[in-house]
Amino acid sequence: MKNVAIPVVSRPAFQYDIWRRRLLILIVVAYVGFLIIAPLAALSAGAFREGLGAMIAVLAQPDVLASFWRTLLISLITVIVHGVFGTITAWVLVRHHFPGRSFINGLIDMPFAVSPVVVGYILLLLFGRNGILAPLLTFFDIKVAFAMPGMILATLFVTLPFMVRELIPVLKAFGVRQEQAAATMGANGWQTFWLVTFPALRWGFIYGLILTFARALGEFGAVLVIGGGVQGRTETATLYIFRALDERQYIGAYSAALVLGLFSLILVIGTDLLRRKEK
Amino acid sequence: MTTILGSFSHKIDRRENRQELPWGRWGIRSIALTYLSLMLIIPLLVIFKDGLQGGLAGLWRAISLPVAWHALVLTLWTAAVMVVVNTFMGVLTAYVLVRYEFPAKSLFNAIIDLPLAIPTLVTGVMLVVLYGPQQALGAWLVREWGLRIIFAPPGIILALLFITFPFVVRTVQPVLLSLDRVQEDAAATLGAGAWTIFRRITLPALILPVTSGALLSFARAIGEFGSIIIVAGNIPLYSQTAAVYVFGEVESENRVGASAMSIVMLAIAFVLILSVDWLQRYRQKGRQ
Repeated sequence: MKNVAIPVVSRPAFQYDIWRRRLLILIVVAYVGFLIIAPLAALSAGAFREGLGAMIAVLAQPDVLASFWRTLLISLITVIVHGVFGTITAWVLVRHHFPGRSFINGLIDMPFAVSPVVVGYILLLLFGRNGILAPLLTFFDIKVAFAMPGMILATLFVTLPFMVRELIPVLKAFGVRQEQAAATMGANGWQTFWLVTFPALRWGFIYGLILTFARALGEFGAVLVIGGGVQGRTETATLYIFRALDERQYIGAYSAALVLGLFSLILVIGTDLLRRKEK
Repeated sequence: MTTILGSFSHKIDRRENRQELPWGRWGIRSIALTYLSLMLIIPLLVIFKDGLQGGLAGLWRAISLPVAWHALVLTLWTAAVMVVVNTFMGVLTAYVLVRYEFPAKSLFNAIIDLPLAIPTLVTGVMLVVLYGPQQALGAWLVREWGLRIIFAPPGIILALLFITFPFVVRTVQPVLLSLDRVQEDAAATLGAGAWTIFRRITLPALILPVTSGALLSFARAIGEFGSIIIVAGNIPLYSQTAAVYVFGEVESENRVGASAMSIVMLAIAFVLILSVDWLQRYRQKGRQ
């Protein structure tokens, strides 16, 4: 029988370990610095190049302000619609069993992968001048393409997964025991949902709303195609940035991009921190 | 015993749960399904109906036009390069985040989510400000190295890397956290080196989450528009990607070209998303 060599963890190996660890940390931090921090810093520097005054002057122009208001309005409507229907959908997908459920569950993620341009184009095919629903729209005299309703629909499609995906794991983890207990004690369906289930979902719900809102703020491709980006009529914040770049108004483009980026950033990171504190 | 109890309580769950919200079981289900079909299924059907009017031959004719074909190939290869880099760096980042302690780690962890929060159009603007031909760094790279980033394929890859960075990190991180380290310790006791341990023990456990993260980032990259139109511009046969091509065809009212490319992109997205979904369910089954 051969002797089995027993490895000895010796001091030099330990030293080697420390250096490998330092190297790996350095690589990862350098990569993130190069990929994420450097562009962010460059944008901030670019926006502040002519000082804060120039930045505010550009952003305070009436049509720039109007484009930001339009973005806020679209995002708010999106959040309300998904807040209601996204919650119902998540509920049905977790608690109900019906044929095709898992297929639909997979389909929910489609908007993650479908190009926003394709979304805008599909809406044009439905609601555009020669669209499938064009006769109906002229009959009722509703304008969807190149108007706010179309832009809201586009944003709704693009943000569909966020609410549902946030709520499904929370609903699954919560289980049905407490709901059953409430039902045994005579609560009706609505009371059970409102007093038992919803409080448990609260953080998932808030986080889902914030993610939806942040994504809606930044939507560009779909809104560009269906809305057309007409200055003063269908121009949102992202479309303004696009036009400003095109017209070489760099301070305007950089400042608006910085404001929009920071706003979304604070929303998402802030909620994340809050949620972690809550736990 | 526990399994019997488990299956029994499961049965109770399903039965008891039939009385729910005030509108009743069918009411609420039809609300959810109507919402989903209005939002998802009808729009997706519309494009297939429109694009397949000329049959598969017509679709092929529209896609095989040189400009369209180049856009599609460019989209696929830039996305592929991104996936390779992103998978490697994503696994490394997740590993460092889970296994090592270093100063400001929680801040670093939060920074990883930045790309999820920042609008992709803003990402494009950032990259142009940093690497644009009129900017110091961009001009230097062109002068000294002959490397064009903006309005060229490298800009597309950078933008895609930025946008999809969290995908692999965030799918691998929880799996690494929940991994039992007993096997790694055992391997170390038996004399395996760090690389051997990683390759033979840690990596196999990560294959499924890494694959679904990689597929997800590839799917996301195929459709990306906002950052790419800023970073790469719209130069046919050079830096025009599939999404930008569709945009151009819609603007010039060429329905055939727009629909054909849209269908190809949708088909890729569809297959990828369903495989990610399948992979995730397969993983959950494996765990039970």
